[in-house]
Amino acid sequence: MLNTLSRIARTGILTETLPSPDGAACDSTAVQQDIRRILGRALCIRHVDAGSCNGCELEIHALNNPYYNLEGAGIKFVASPRHADMLLVTGPVSVNMEEALLRTYDAVPNPKLVIAIGDCGACGGIFGTSYASRGAVANVIPVDLTVAGCPPTPTVILGGILQLVRPAAGGRVFQETSGSSSESAPTPAAK
Amino acid sequence: MIHMCPDITQNDSFRLPANLPASLQRVNRHEWLSTAQRLRQAGAELVTLWGADDRSRDGCFQMYAAYLTADEVFVVRHALEPTNLTYPDLAGLFPAARRMERAVYDLLGIAAYPRDERSWLRHGGWPETVFPLRKDVDAQRTFPLVSAAYPFVTVAGDGVHEIPVGPVHAGTIEPGHFRFSVVGEKVLRLEERLGYTHKGVAKRFEQLSQHEGHRLAARLSGDTAAAFSWAYCTALESITHVTCPARAVALRALALELERVANHLGDLGAIGNDGGFAFGLTQFSRLKEDLLRANAAAFGARYLLDYIVPGGVAVDVSVSAQRLLLEQCKTLQQVIPMLRTIYDDHAGLQDRLRETGRLEHAIAVELGATGVAARASGIARDLRVNYPWPPYSQLKPSAAVQSSGDVFARVQVRFDEALESLRLCSALLQELPPEPIQTVVPAAEADCLGVGLIESWRGPVLIALETGAQGSIRRCHAHDSSWQNWPLLEYAIMGNIVPDFPLINKSFNLSYSGHDG
Repeated sequence: MLNTLSRIARTGILTETLPSPDGAACDSTAVQQDIRRILGRALCIRHVDAGSCNGCELEIHALNNPYYNLEGAGIKFVASPRHADMLLVTGPVSVNMEEALLRTYDAVPNPKLVIAIGDCGACGGIFGTSYASRGAVANVIPVDLTVAGCPPTPTVILGGILQLVRPAAGGRVFQETSGSSSESAPTPAAK
Repeated sequence: MIHMCPDITQNDSFRLPANLPASLQRVNRHEWLSTAQRLRQAGAELVTLWGADDRSRDGCFQMYAAYLTADEVFVVRHALEPTNLTYPDLAGLFPAARRMERAVYDLLGIAAYPRDERSWLRHGGWPETVFPLRKDVDAQRTFPLVSAAYPFVTVAGDGVHEIPVGPVHAGTIEPGHFRFSVVGEKVLRLEERLGYTHKGVAKRFEQLSQHEGHRLAARLSGDTAAAFSWAYCTALESITHVTCPARAVALRALALELERVANHLGDLGAIGNDGGFAFGLTQFSRLKEDLLRANAAAFGARYLLDYIVPGGVAVDVSVSAQRLLLEQCKTLQQVIPMLRTIYDDHAGLQDRLRETGRLEHAIAVELGATGVAARASGIARDLRVNYPWPPYSQLKPSAAVQSSGDVFARVQVRFDEALESLRLCSALLQELPPEPIQTVVPAAEADCLGVGLIESWRGPVLIALETGAQGSIRRCHAHDSSWQNWPLLEYAIMGNIVPDFPLINKSFNLSYSGHDG
């Protein structure tokens, strides 16, 4: 037990500042306040692997390490699409995951946001479109933002998430009256 | 024309181009089975099975089986009769063959006899009359999804019920379906259904040139990129008789070992977390991030997806990067043993790890276990140790072996392997041979078969590359060790409680994408 406590003390707090779309670092408290003002609570994200090679998943895992301290900024990953405000979808959509992705999308309450993560999610990547792959996520469900990279780094993914939710950064705002975010066309990739 | 490599259409038996000793033997239908029997008795392992549509060249389909004997990779090749598209089933001898045979049928329409008629990779995304890997099926052709129910084996009895899980899981994990049959909390049976991430990799390879294939190989499973791209490149280089510069060979091993360390660190943290010890996840994910940042500084990328290329490696490591990585290895060598002591001394965590998800040695042997899972159940096999290829012949790594076969054993194997890999990384970094880091790989002649077999952090991965004309790929088969290990998980969970499944599953940490292709 003493070993554990001493290790925690020696590690200290590693949290870094968050990336912002304009390249300047921003304070996680400011992000947290923004998210609370817009949503009244934490931003809940559900990740769906729609056929990825597991590369993007590694970087989404990394988002949850102490350096990025996502929960400190008021952003958390949730276990069910019914609890989610936003879907992070990775991979070219494999034909075998098409139905599961559609069902997961339908299970997310409105209004909802979708980010396609990685080159595969953005355009099908090296796998393209074939008998087994539908290619880009936007070919199957409406996408609000794509984040390119193979895989995109945690900073780039986080930049994409923040760009989409923070009005100060020109991102989309959740509108309580609107039905769905599905009318919006995919926007260009973040960096 | 004189072939530099053996023309596979002409010879019955020959040495196969590969990174370790390998040979190929042509067999008939009867010998397909008798060879398997002989090899099974001799203690050989089935590495993989694959098929090829050679109707346009040889007038028939071919089946291949790759075995690992005490001395070499032994590949047998069987030409099917054009009027009878079946071959004898090997699953009675090598249980791991079953799912591979189902996959071969889904892609090529050639069947084991007798066979499990349930499709494995085809979930209704293409019609059952279409076999996409056949040469006469257009690679761009798409089909509407017609999903059908999958006949799981049901368990009956008083109080037995089923828990379906997936394909979309609760965490950031790859997709797959698990069907548990349980009584109360106790798992009676688990049946897996995989194939959800099937992306048509084998067909895609055939649209790429020989000098592009390594990029797709690296993305078969992004967490095993160094191993798969090395396997691909070494297969191509063996065919073309190219010897990589010594510095490139050392840097490839460095990439492979860094990949092993990064993944083991991630798993050690995640296993601690699933065992209720969040401290472990925080500490190990921090160490992993430190390592990835060192990678980014040294190689220009956190993950080495396109680092190993035909003829060598893409980026050299500068003197300052060398120093940075050495420093990183040294830090990890100090911190990991401290965290290991904390894990070992934590009674609550140990209570979760010990005796949980036990895979008996006898079952591991019977099912042909590979990699970390095999070594945790007392099978002392590591390609780097048993069949060392350069530079492992000089590095002389040692294999980490445990006997208890439980989650604890798989944790211990990861600790030992991470530390051994750090020793290898330091040794490589201290004595990096001089430049260059790349050499030219010419386009290979047509109809040559080469094999690359590499011990990835999960277990052996194989690439079997058959060349086509003008630098094209005729057929490329990629195999991840998860094919062998997924069925082990079904055994390891039996009699355990449902809440221990995530912990047991994480202790295996098998690949979905690498398996599904």
